Amino acid sequence: MIRVVLPSQLSTLARCDREVHLELAGTPSVCQLLDALEAAHPVLVGAIRDARSGQRRAFVRYFACERDLSHDPPDTTLPEAVLGGTEPFVVLGAIAGG
Amino acid sequence: MSGVRLLVGTSKGAFVLTADGSRRSWQIEGPSFGGWGVYHLAGAPSEPSRLYASLSNGWFGQQVQRSDDGGRTWSAIGNRFDYEGDPGVHQHYDGTPRPWSFTRVWHLEPSATDPDTVYAGVEDAALFRSRDGGLGWEELSGLRRHGSGESWAPGAGGMCLHTVVVDPSRPSRIFAAISAAGVFRSDDSGTTWAPVNRGLSSTTIPDPDADVGHCVHRIAMHPSRPEVLYMQKHWDVMRSDDAGGSWREVSGNLPSDFGFPIGVHSHEPETVYVVPIKSDSEHYPPEGKLRVYRSRTGGDEWEPLTDGLPQQHCYVNVLREAMSLDTLEPCGVYFGTTGGTVFASADSGESWSALATDLPSVLSVEAQTLA
Repeated sequence: MIRVVLPSQLSTLARCDREVHLELAGTPSVCQLLDALEAAHPVLVGAIRDARSGQRRAFVRYFACERDLSHDPPDTTLPEAVLGGTEPFVVLGAIAGG
Repeated sequence: MSGVRLLVGTSKGAFVLTADGSRRSWQIEGPSFGGWGVYHLAGAPSEPSRLYASLSNGWFGQQVQRSDDGGRTWSAIGNRFDYEGDPGVHQHYDGTPRPWSFTRVWHLEPSATDPDTVYAGVEDAALFRSRDGGLGWEELSGLRRHGSGESWAPGAGGMCLHTVVVDPSRPSRIFAAISAAGVFRSDDSGTTWAPVNRGLSSTTIPDPDADVGHCVHRIAMHPSRPEVLYMQKHWDVMRSDDAGGSWREVSGNLPSDFGFPIGVHSHEPETVYVVPIKSDSEHYPPEGKLRVYRSRTGGDEWEPLTDGLPQQHCYVNVLREAMSLDTLEPCGVYFGTTGGTVFASADSGESWSALATDLPSVLSVEAQTLA
């Protein structure tokens, strides 16, 4: 089980808890995790990644295991602690006011 | 029993205020979409429980949602707004070319007769239409491509198509207003368009009388007089008696002819409401007094309406989408402020009361009159 923590605006939109649990086989990448998240909550398509380009939205960041994964290639395998469910994969909005 | 439902979009969510026909007691529900800027909420006149909402967020983009139960529950609908073909460029603030890029929906205009047909005015300026309840959107690209698109430039809020008015007696006639390009009219259901800005004068553009480039803030029409249009421009309150063919200034004795919203009384086509605002940079009411001005002569002669409105130390703004009128008798008038207050008058503006205070900044107000 992989744990994904969403910002409040996205959990509001998806009408789900802030922490979402996803079951993925093998050793999925960041991109595959986000694909699964969007498949489970289609309303999030375009909210984390641009719906056309698939690129991370400029003010969205990915954190896990005390690291910023935002600039890692999308096909980078998730950290082992995230794959094992001991650490969450955190999607958050950059601190930019508002 | 008749009633009113107010759809209030704010910078941090949506609120629904309801009252019976007496409009004395109001129930407030919300926020829905907490944390999202709700640029506009609109109900379908032919099916009032059908609502559309446009959400926007600086981090997470744009969403369109639909309710089929008057705002109790909402569902995500189509959110792909793809310009037709290569959209090319328009002018940026500094006059340099900038690629057309979709940011958000500013305005939703459901058809008067079909709840599944809805127009969406977007930034960067273009008009889209859905015929399936918002599941899919097609651009009416004749507007953007009519010839002047490359010269369009953004107003301070962005290059937005913020107003869509459909002639109820001739639904193939559509007006669209863009900041800062002006008003455009189609007489063939949105296929072809032409600018209708003759008579406008704007010192903020190199040629004050140009066909295109005017920062129109809002236009309004009374359904019984579709050839008459009223306009609140960046400066000047204007009127057209020939469906936009020509405009004349009717600012008259207003303390400031700058402002954002403009509305027409539901039963009196010559009664018009504006909220004068001080500008260029202040964007708050003159003298710190929040005054709605009403003309009963179709413009030129205006009277302040102040009973119940703050008359000292008031420095809020009222945005273009934040005024609406019901169709009850007497006509109800509603507006929301950037200070988070929603004011209402159940007597055509003679007296006012605050229905809600301390909401997030109000972006839009739509009044639905319920049978």
